[in-house]
Amino acid sequence: MAKAFQKIYTKITQITKATCTVKATGVGYDELATVEGKLAQVVKIIDDEVTLQIFEGTEGIPTNAEVIFMGKSPSLKVSDQLAGRFFNAYGDPIDGGPVPEGEERAIGGPSVNPVRRKQPSELIATGIAGIDLNNTLVSGQKIPFFADPDQPFNQVMATVALRAETDKIILGGMGMTNDDYLYFKKVFSNAGALDRIISFMNTTEDPAVERLLVPDMALTAAEYFAVDKNEKVLVLLTDMTSYADALSIVSNRMDQIPSKDSMPGSLYSDLAKIYEKAAQFPSGGSITIVAVTTLSGGDITHAVPDNTGYITEGQLFLRLDSDVGRVIVDPFRSLSRLKQNVQGKKTREDHPQVMNAAVRLYADAANAKTKMENGFDLTDYDTRTLSFAKDYSKELLAIDVNLDTVEMLDKTWELLSEHFKPSEVNMKQELVDQYWKK
Amino acid sequence: MLTKGTVKGIISNLVIVEADGPVAQNEIAYIEHEGTRLMAEVIKIEGKNASVQVFESTRGLKVGSKAEFQGHMLEVVLGPGLLQRNLDGLENDLDKMEGIFLRRGEYTFPLDEEKLWHFKPIAKEGDKVKAGSWLGEVDENFQPHKIMVPFTMKGEYRIKKIIGEGDYNIYEKIAVVEDLEGNVTELNMIQRWPVKIPITEYSEKPRPFKLLETGVRAIDTLNPIVEGGTGFIPGAFGTGKTVLQHSISKQAEADIVIIAACGERANEVVEIFTEFPELVDPHTGRKLMERTIIVANTSNMPVAAREASVYTAMTIGEYYRSMGLKVLLMADSTSRWAQALREMSNRLEELPGPDAFPMDLSSIISNFYGRAGHVTLNNGEEGSITFIGTVSPAGGNLKEPVTENTKKVARCFYALEQDRADKKRYPAINPIDSYSKYFEYPEFEDYISREVSEDWTKKVSEIKTRLLRGKEISEQINILGDDGVPVEYHITFWKSEFIDYIILQQDAFDEIDSVTSIERQKNILDLVTEVCRTKFEFDKFTDVADFFKELINIGRQMNYSEFESENFNGYVKQLREMVSNYQLSATNA
Repeated sequence: MAKAFQKIYTKITQITKATCTVKATGVGYDELATVEGKLAQVVKIIDDEVTLQIFEGTEGIPTNAEVIFMGKSPSLKVSDQLAGRFFNAYGDPIDGGPVPEGEERAIGGPSVNPVRRKQPSELIATGIAGIDLNNTLVSGQKIPFFADPDQPFNQVMATVALRAETDKIILGGMGMTNDDYLYFKKVFSNAGALDRIISFMNTTEDPAVERLLVPDMALTAAEYFAVDKNEKVLVLLTDMTSYADALSIVSNRMDQIPSKDSMPGSLYSDLAKIYEKAAQFPSGGSITIVAVTTLSGGDITHAVPDNTGYITEGQLFLRLDSDVGRVIVDPFRSLSRLKQNVQGKKTREDHPQVMNAAVRLYADAANAKTKMENGFDLTDYDTRTLSFAKDYSKELLAIDVNLDTVEMLDKTWELLSEHFKPSEVNMKQELVDQYWKK
Repeated sequence: MLTKGTVKGIISNLVIVEADGPVAQNEIAYIEHEGTRLMAEVIKIEGKNASVQVFESTRGLKVGSKAEFQGHMLEVVLGPGLLQRNLDGLENDLDKMEGIFLRRGEYTFPLDEEKLWHFKPIAKEGDKVKAGSWLGEVDENFQPHKIMVPFTMKGEYRIKKIIGEGDYNIYEKIAVVEDLEGNVTELNMIQRWPVKIPITEYSEKPRPFKLLETGVRAIDTLNPIVEGGTGFIPGAFGTGKTVLQHSISKQAEADIVIIAACGERANEVVEIFTEFPELVDPHTGRKLMERTIIVANTSNMPVAAREASVYTAMTIGEYYRSMGLKVLLMADSTSRWAQALREMSNRLEELPGPDAFPMDLSSIISNFYGRAGHVTLNNGEEGSITFIGTVSPAGGNLKEPVTENTKKVARCFYALEQDRADKKRYPAINPIDSYSKYFEYPEFEDYISREVSEDWTKKVSEIKTRLLRGKEISEQINILGDDGVPVEYHITFWKSEFIDYIILQQDAFDEIDSVTSIERQKNILDLVTEVCRTKFEFDKFTDVADFFKELINIGRQMNYSEFESENFNGYVKQLREMVSNYQLSATNA
C-alpha cells in the first residue's frame, strides 16, 4: 500500500520476461518496489532509468503500471515470535497465524569479520555412523548432500535435524514439491519439534525467481537467534540447485554472458555469500548449514555441485549398496573437512585411525570386487575384505543406523578384529594393543 | 586539486561516475553514501564517465551521490609491524574493526601507530643512497626489519642527517636526504607503494637453486621447490589442497610467510588464526604467528577486494624481500582471483575469452608469477619470494584456462589426484604427473649433492622410475589378473607400494609424521632404496603381498616415531631383519 508521501511512477520504458525499466529518481540500489502490486527489486540504475526484477514475472504488466518504491531493501522482522512458524519467500506467514512483530532487519546483511569467528569444534551427533564416524559434522560447518533426485536426502536431512542437539532448526525450501514440504511439516510435528522450527518455503507452485530470497530470509532469522540469542541454529537448505537455476534465469534475462553450464559468472560468489553465513560465534551461538544440491545423473563436474564443493566444508553422498540392499553414506566420496576438529578430540582418541583403516580396507574390498567381476581368482585377503565390506556397510554405513560414537568405534574394532590381522590394518601399535578384540 | 564526480549508474558493484576533471586508470575513488565512504577503483574510462569497481556492497547507493578521486592507485602502507597482522585484501587491520560483522566503509590502519621500535642506523650521514637502500633496522619479531629509502624515490640522494640509535614510533623523522639539486626530503619508517606495480629495486634475478625445505616428503624428495621458486597446486575439491598448503606454510624454512586467503572458506582462515599463535616454528622454536602475515579476503567478502588481495600480499612480500629475507607467499586460490576478474569483465560487457574469462588472463597470471624470484639486492645481499598458488579447476578438469595459463609460468606442478584422495593416500600428490623443473637445474644438483648427499638425484630418479613401473604393472594386473603376470611383477609392484606408503604418504595431522627434516628424508630415501634394490624370491604372489604389507606396517610405525629415538631405531632394525630373511642370497640387483 502506498503511503501518503510515496511517489508513484508510471513511465515504464522497457519490459522483459523478468524485468521492467522505469523512469524514476532518488532510488537506491537493491531497493524494493511494487509494480502493479507485484514485488520487485532494483537491479540496475543508469541515470533516471531504473531496472527492476519482478519476482513473480512480468506477465500482464502494462507500460503505465504503477511503480512504488519502498525505500528499503528486502527485510525480515526478527523476534522470538518467528519460532514455530511457516513463511513464504517474502517472510509472510503461510500458516494462517498472525504476522510476527520484531525488529526489521535487511536480509543478506554483511559478512562476519573472519577474526571474530571461532574455530568450529563442537560435535554434532546424528547417530548415523556414515556421518558421525567417517564424516563427523561440527557446529558452524556448512555441508551439502550431493544427491540424485530419487535419493532419500530429505528423509536423512530430517533425521539429522531432529537428532542433532540444536536450539532452532530453520528450513529454507527452494523449489520443493508441496509433498516434500508437507513431509517435513509432518515429521517435525510428530517429533514434537514444531516450536523449534522456522520455515521459509518456496514450492514448485510458486514463481521460481522468488526463491532467490529464501536463503537470505532463513539466514537472517538464523543470525538473529545465533548472534542475539546465542543459540545453536541448524539451517536446512533444500534444494540449492533450484536456487542456482533461478540465478541463471535472472542473469540470462539481464543479458549477462553465461559461463560454464549456462550459470552466471558470479555463481561462486553468490553461493559463497550464503554458505559462509555458517559460523561459530564467540559468544557460543552457531549457525550450521546442511544443504542439498541435486545432481543430474550423478555428475559432480556440473557448475553447481562443482562450485558448491569448493565452498562447503565437505559433501555427503548417498548410495544404494546393492550387496546389502541398503542406502549408505558413501565413504569414498563423502567428506567432512572439519572432522579433524572433533575426531579424537571430542571423541575417543582412536577415532581418526579407526576411520581411516576401515575406509582403506573398504577400498580394498572395492578392488577385490572389480577383480571378482572381471572373473579373476580372489585371494584369501580379497575374500576377507569382501565379507568385511558387507558387515561394515550393513552395520555402520547404512543410513538407518542409530549409535553413539563409542558404540560405532567399538563396532568397527569388532569387525576389524573379526576379518583381519593386526598387521593388515596399518594403525599405530599402541591403539592396536589397546582396542583389538582378541 | 582532487577530481570530483557524481554517480550516474549502478550495476551491482560496478558504478559509473561522471568526473569533473582528469582521472587515471586504476585510480582510487571514494563514493559518499549516507555518511560512509565506499572505496572504489577505476577500471574503465569513457569520455567523462569512469567505471569504478566498488570494494563494498552498493546496497542503497543512489544516482547523484558524490565521489572524490584520490590521485593515486591502490596502495599499501609498508613499515615495521606488519608481521602477525590479520589484514583484509585492501590491507585493513581486521583486528582493529569493531563488532562481529564487517561494516561497510570501515577502513583501519594496518600498523601500530604508537609502538616504539628500537632503531639502529645502518647508513651514516654523507652516504649516497637510492630507492631501497637500507637506512637502518628495527627488530620486528626477531627479524631484522630494514628501514629503507622509499621505493617511490627515483634518482640518487645523499643522507643529510640520520637519527641515532633509540626507540621511535613509525612517524618519527629518522633521516633527511637531499637530491642532486639540493631538494630535501624527510623520511620516517613507513612508505606507500601501489600494489599492481612490481618493486624492482634489485640488481639481478639469478636462477634459483637452494632447496626450500617444506617437510613434505612428496615435495622435498620427489619434486623440490627452491627459494625464489614458483609452484602451483591444482586439485579438485576434496583432494587436500588446503591441508597441503597449511602444512607447507607451517613447516617451510622461510623467514616470513604470507598467506593470501583469496576467496576461500572463512573457517580455513580461522584455523590459521587459531593454530598459528600456538604452533611452534620447527626451525626457530618461536611461535609460527610471529613470522606470518595473513591477507584474508574470504569468499563472502567483496569480490573486487579479492582481486586486490593477491597483489597486496605480493607487494608486502617484495617489501620484505628487499630487506634480504626469505619470503614464502601462498595464495589459496588463484582461481578465485581469476573469477573475480571474470565477474568484473562480465559487468563491463567485455568480449569474453575461453570460459568467459577475460582475454588477458594469461598475461595477468604470468606477470604475477613473474614477481616472485630470488634476487641480488643493490647492496649485494640476497632475498627471495617463493610463490605457491593453488588452482581450483572447475569440475577437476585441468584443461581450463586458469590451470593452463598457470602451467605455462609456474616451475613446479603438484597435481592432486582424486583417486589418491579417495583412497586416503594423502598428500594426494600424483608422483608421476607432478614435476619440478628445478630438479633438472644443474645449479640445484650441485647444491643438493653438496648439502644433502652425493647420490641424491640418482636415487630420486630411481624411485620415480620404480613408481612409474609399479603403476604400469598394476594396470597389467588389473587386466590380466594376479595369476596372469609373473611373481617378479608382483615384487616390482609391491616395491612401488612400499615407496608410496613410506615416502609419499604422510599424516599431516600427526605431530611427528607431518614434518620430516631433510636429514630424515635422506635416511628414509636411503632405506627405501636399499629395500627396493634387494632381490627377493617368493613362490606365490600372495606371499609377496603378505610380506610387503608387514614391511609397510613396520615402516609406518617408523615414520610415526621420533627420528633416531629408541623406537625408531627398533623399527629400522626390525625392517632390515625382515628384509634379510627373505632376501635371495646376498646379491644386489
